[in-house]
Amino acid sequence: MAEKQSFFSSVKNSLFDGRNAVIGVPYFWFLLLAAIPLLIVLKISMSEMEGTQVSSMIDWSNGWPKLTLNFASYQFIASDSLYFKTYLSSIKYALITTLLCLAIGYPFAYFMARAPKHMQPTLLMLIMLPFWTSFLLRIYAWKTLLVSNGVINNVLMSLHIIDTPLTMMNNSFSLLLGMVYSYLPFMILPLYANLSKLDLRYLEAAADLGTSPFKAFWLITVPLSKAGIIAGSMLVFIPAVGEYVIPELLGGSSTLMIGRVLWDEFFNNLDWPMASAVAVVMILIILLPMAIYNKSQADLAEGKP
Amino acid sequence: MSQASNNKLFAKGWMIAVYIFLYLPIITLVVFSFNDSKLVTVWSHASLRWYEALAKDTALIDAVLLSLKIAFLSALMSVLFGTFTAFALNRYKRFKGRTLLSSMSSMPLVMPDVIVGLSLLLMIVSAQHWLGYPQKGLLTILLGHALLGTAYANVVVTSRLREMDGKLDEAAMDLGAKPWQVFTLVTFPLLIPALVSAFLLTFTLSFDDVVLSSFLSGPGYSTMPMVIFSRARLGLNPTINAVATVTIVVVTMAVIASSFYTSHQERKRKREEAQAYSDSNK
Amino acid sequence: MATAPKDNNKPAQEVLLRVENVTKIYDGTVKAVDDVSLTVMKGEIFALLGGSGCGKSTLLRMMAGFETPTKGKIFLAGQDITDLPPYQRPINMMFQSYALFPHLSVWENIAFGLKRDGMPKDQIADRVEKMLSLAQLNKYAQRKPHQLSGGQQQRVALVRSLAKRPQLLLLDEPLGALDKKLRETTQLELVNIIEEVGVTCVLVTHDQEEAMTMASRIAVMSEGYFLQVGEPDAVYEMPNSRQVADFIGNVNIFEGVIEEDEADHVTVRCPECVHYVGHGVSGHKGMAVGVALRPEKIMLSKNKPTGEYNWCAGEVIEIVYFGAHTTYHLKLDSGKVIKAQELNNTRDLSCGLTWGDRAYAHWNDLAMVVLTH
Repeated sequence: MAEKQSFFSSVKNSLFDGRNAVIGVPYFWFLLLAAIPLLIVLKISMSEMEGTQVSSMIDWSNGWPKLTLNFASYQFIASDSLYFKTYLSSIKYALITTLLCLAIGYPFAYFMARAPKHMQPTLLMLIMLPFWTSFLLRIYAWKTLLVSNGVINNVLMSLHIIDTPLTMMNNSFSLLLGMVYSYLPFMILPLYANLSKLDLRYLEAAADLGTSPFKAFWLITVPLSKAGIIAGSMLVFIPAVGEYVIPELLGGSSTLMIGRVLWDEFFNNLDWPMASAVAVVMILIILLPMAIYNKSQADLAEGKP
Repeated sequence: MSQASNNKLFAKGWMIAVYIFLYLPIITLVVFSFNDSKLVTVWSHASLRWYEALAKDTALIDAVLLSLKIAFLSALMSVLFGTFTAFALNRYKRFKGRTLLSSMSSMPLVMPDVIVGLSLLLMIVSAQHWLGYPQKGLLTILLGHALLGTAYANVVVTSRLREMDGKLDEAAMDLGAKPWQVFTLVTFPLLIPALVSAFLLTFTLSFDDVVLSSFLSGPGYSTMPMVIFSRARLGLNPTINAVATVTIVVVTMAVIASSFYTSHQERKRKREEAQAYSDSNK
Repeated sequence: MATAPKDNNKPAQEVLLRVENVTKIYDGTVKAVDDVSLTVMKGEIFALLGGSGCGKSTLLRMMAGFETPTKGKIFLAGQDITDLPPYQRPINMMFQSYALFPHLSVWENIAFGLKRDGMPKDQIADRVEKMLSLAQLNKYAQRKPHQLSGGQQQRVALVRSLAKRPQLLLLDEPLGALDKKLRETTQLELVNIIEEVGVTCVLVTHDQEEAMTMASRIAVMSEGYFLQVGEPDAVYEMPNSRQVADFIGNVNIFEGVIEEDEADHVTVRCPECVHYVGHGVSGHKGMAVGVALRPEKIMLSKNKPTGEYNWCAGEVIEIVYFGAHTTYHLKLDSGKVIKAQELNNTRDLSCGLTWGDRAYAHWNDLAMVVLTH
């Protein structure tokens, strides 16, 4: 009797607090739009094109289902050294972008966290402001600055610093510049969030114990901002690997980026299995950094340093 | 000069250099939108020529209107689903598949756009194959943007939920509020600032997106970034400078106004707290 | 208010709250509350006292309805409320950090619970006014919580939880958020308001002074169960175990063996001295016991006492001056260190002892408690 009562009340409670709905709605949403689509990508990567149609993975012709896995796309990726080179070059550019962002962003975030308290909101807003204005337009703006008859060359030539225009467009310089430019705020924001919470008393304690400011920085500030460094680096590295718009607008034809290969396979060659296979390999590459990022976020949520 | 003031000078120099780096392209965009020359990069003299061209550019204006519509609707959807996600992940610490939901919700944040776009498109094509629905167009772009926005809105709402005192919910319940009243009378009003910033953020994301839209759009549905992107690929075009300047001015004013408002509120609050303290000590 | 002011000395007869064999287990293994039973009479102020993690808060949260017991039942005025959700219980709680709704004014905070009951508007206004006068906050009705000082916020929290005239009021560390100086005055205000309303209270605190001064009965909790339940002076003067003696106030414990066991007295032989206890105890000859002696019950002098019992000698190794009293640390010949507290009732240090002096500690035969547990 008593058990029955508490069973009913627990059922009533669970309906009342809407627990199931609160969990069910986002679950359905992300399953439908995030998980299932990725499984479909995996599935299509193991099919091949039959004319304009993707071949069916399950063959019913004998009256029972027969699963055919087709690894042609993967074999092609493995055999053609261009794909390998492109993956490698994407990772290289993403890595350089991350390191440059860290080198520029860490001191910046550090100085910002040490700036007078009343100025910090303004400094922060000035970092966010470009972030709110269109990314595409800002990349386009770099194009107007960097081309051979562009603003920078014109200024330098009219000041007679150079005689012939510098080649700054459609090469790795313009690509890296655009990437660092776009991703820098993603590095600065988590670092600032982390560094501004750093208790200055640790540094005072270190100074009191006879540590020089330089040493204190490496022994205390840097280790304590580890979470910010990891979060910022992953937020730059992962999307940078698959970047499409920046190489398309600033990179020219000589810089190899895998995002462009995927786009071309899909939109120009209309080879969906190939595009999917390229995507699957790309996901495998960013899986580890994604796991690192998720772990650092989970640690952060639990208040670990 | 002393070591300390040297350090300060270096810090200032570094920060100014970074700000110049961030703002140089934006300023150039704005300045050259008032240039009379057809060449975007050579200054001749000031004119509003490109704004006139923009006013006549119906393709671009249609694209802007479509983008605004999509941004508005997808931001609403993002805030709704993002709030659900934040509640599920923060209010219920233990349920089956919590880790799966948490990784699914952070996936659109970190996954390169091309993969999100490709996977969504292939899903929609499969759905069309089995159900005959949906057609590529407004709805499919909306779904893509809302997926991305949900992930961002979740982050914004989550950080607010974590700051919020969980005891307030209990206090409301203790005073007789049923769970839905706890939400409408306490949790929701306190969440409003976070919901507003989540809305603005996801609106901007949608308004800015080119990759997802390119994958998910159908004939007749070109968003503003898609139009700008296709023109920018071909070369430089002063009308883009004009439309850029308009959006930059609108966004900048909105951001500055809102940050003034929040810092004003903050100062007012501090003043009142100090007042309360001195009152009680009289 | 509704009920007459209560008299602390006369125990009320009617049982209001009954907790029956309640156990709470988290994650299948962690026992937060372990088979606790308790009754609270109408009009009582009952304190749950213990360190952090002793289970006092979990027990309180089960009374409020935020947690359901793993085993056992809770009754309020005879009705089983074990599975009733918090919003259906005639119980209100004052939260530790007040949990005032930051977006609502003081007035709206107090009216919040009344509105949930669907009380007519004019009655709500009436009741809120009464509550505001009770807390002496009429001037501040339209202020938001952050515009109030800590003490004012605390009063708002109290009258908000009283507004619905609950049968039982729960107080979770009511003074925890205030600084020391403010605590004393606020504590008095709090007790005055509670007594004026005449509501039954269960109070959770880690502060023994708070429990002593506010409660009519105290339950000392540790590791999920009650060590001792009783009136404040009984718990202080008659602790039933070493744990309680040690938790409540300072205590010196001498280990020894009962040598003589008579109806009107016992003697306990310890390495340091022989205790003559002027009353009978529930032990027997030869039993190992502890003798608890509070520092303030020890007198110090430079002269050797004449009697055979109840004194020991040692060297003064530490003197800690507290203003109103001074605590002397005495290292006995056995190596044991005891504390003795002397009142500073004159302006020169009363017994003229200083570091390194040989001193004699003595006490009378009713000063100590024999602990068999």
